[in-house]
Amino acid sequence: MITVENLTKTYRGFTAVNDVSFVAQPGRVTGFLGPNGAGKSTTLRIMVGLTDASAGSATILGRPFSSLPNPGREIGVLLDASAQHAGRTGREILTVAQRTMGLPSIRVDEMLNLVSLTERESSRRVKNYSLGMRQRLGIATALIGEPEVLILDEPANGLDPAGIRWMRDLLRDYANRGGTVLLSSHLLHEIEVIADDLVMIGNGRIVAGGTKAELLSGAGTVVRASASAALAQALRDAGIIVTSSTDGTLRTDAEASQVGEVALNARIALTELRSADNAGLEEMFLELTAQTQREGAAA
Amino acid sequence: MSTTQEVPVTAPQDTSPHTTHAPIPFTRILGVELRKMFDTRSGFWLMASIAILAVIATAATIIFSPSETLTYGNFAGAIGTPMAVILPIVAILSVTSEWSQRSALTTFTLVPNRQRVISAKLLLTVAIGAASMVLALTVGAVGNLIGTAIAGVDPTWEVSVREVAQIILANEIGVLIGFMLGVLLRSSAGAIVGYFVYSLVLPTISGALASTQQWYADNAGWIDLNWTTFQLFDSTLSRTEWTQLGVASTIWLVIPLTVGLILVRRSEVK
Repeated sequence: MITVENLTKTYRGFTAVNDVSFVAQPGRVTGFLGPNGAGKSTTLRIMVGLTDASAGSATILGRPFSSLPNPGREIGVLLDASAQHAGRTGREILTVAQRTMGLPSIRVDEMLNLVSLTERESSRRVKNYSLGMRQRLGIATALIGEPEVLILDEPANGLDPAGIRWMRDLLRDYANRGGTVLLSSHLLHEIEVIADDLVMIGNGRIVAGGTKAELLSGAGTVVRASASAALAQALRDAGIIVTSSTDGTLRTDAEASQVGEVALNARIALTELRSADNAGLEEMFLELTAQTQREGAAA
Repeated sequence: MSTTQEVPVTAPQDTSPHTTHAPIPFTRILGVELRKMFDTRSGFWLMASIAILAVIATAATIIFSPSETLTYGNFAGAIGTPMAVILPIVAILSVTSEWSQRSALTTFTLVPNRQRVISAKLLLTVAIGAASMVLALTVGAVGNLIGTAIAGVDPTWEVSVREVAQIILANEIGVLIGFMLGVLLRSSAGAIVGYFVYSLVLPTISGALASTQQWYADNAGWIDLNWTTFQLFDSTLSRTEWTQLGVASTIWLVIPLTVGLILVRRSEVK
């Protein structure tokens, strides 16, 4: 479990992270979403002690990161897959981690196997690795100590579609076995597919958070009927705000059940009634971040 | 839209059972950091070059020196010059490669107490400095035996243990200057340039000052670390000269090293 409370980081008057609080629960994948420069990476760096917070705190399994006796055994971290000595081989990078944590050397081979790096690839130097291979190596380094918590910054970057699927399955399985996963990304669809909980950040502030189901249920309802104008009137009469779309559907923030009831009472036959989840997180994400960007201009 | 909502701030009780792991012993950090000095191609050849340069310098002395100058002092001097360049670079890179190659991100997430990592690096560079000097001086001794045997003269061992110790000390000061520049600048290129400024540019400035300012010429020993360190190579230092070495080292080494160590602890790792 990861607990972040009122975390703030300022640089010479510029507030990169502003009063950020959230919790990443065990057994769940928490998606940390935000556009570039929103403060995601700074927040993650503060969590693992690479950057000092100006105010607030972050704890991993109830303790600040710096007081963990052997952090690699409790929390796996992948902040930047390219941040490795280019002249070291993949196997050597894992060996350095394995030795630092005091693990048996067999863990190196187990991890290479887990992330599908072949014997030959593992003996090549990292400067010759593709970004996808570096991500796999980074995941292997994060998992080698069998930690309970994972913090991954944009781990899907550079992976091919099969690799993204592999990563998703791996993290799902890890969370299902009780692990805590905090995953940052600007790849909305990837997060939408994998995350159980979402935290959205824009201009250093949390703009939305909650379970994926909660956030998506707020996306509204799409309804279609032959008697479109009559339905719109009936909905307005019921106090529901409706907008007409160019494709002939009506959109509303009301629940689908409420819309169906109004239509039934008005004796209007519906041809379509569904929640507007196809727009999904992306619309919400763009809206929220655009909103904070306007607010940010005044700050 | 009704989606913007407060994030739950209150943390639910964390009920997962904690296994307490043993802290990472310092000896393990030493072992890992030593490994990291050798496990890249550049690191390996940098270390190998210490032995290679000692052999080359010795061979050159045998080939090019007239037989009457084949003394151990000359072998030691010939080997000392490349060592004075290479050992500080070993010290610099042991620190700066973590930043230049950005591996510090992993290093300090595995060992969050940066002081322990930096202390391990400091101990190792000093130990490697001493070991390299012993190796180099041994190569020189073998060279002295071979060279004089080839020339048909008796080997001369006019260098005392005290002088050997002084030569090692002089090189260790160079190693520490390299290490200091490493923690202070945290950039390989910057620190290596800094080292050459220290060892080539500052002495020139000092010399120019001494030739124009009488007061400076009289007191340069207190300020010019290069000049003071150089005394270690070929003389018995008086009490005053030892004090001068201490004062100059404090100004050029101890103070900036302290600042560097504080900066390393606090600096943001990106």
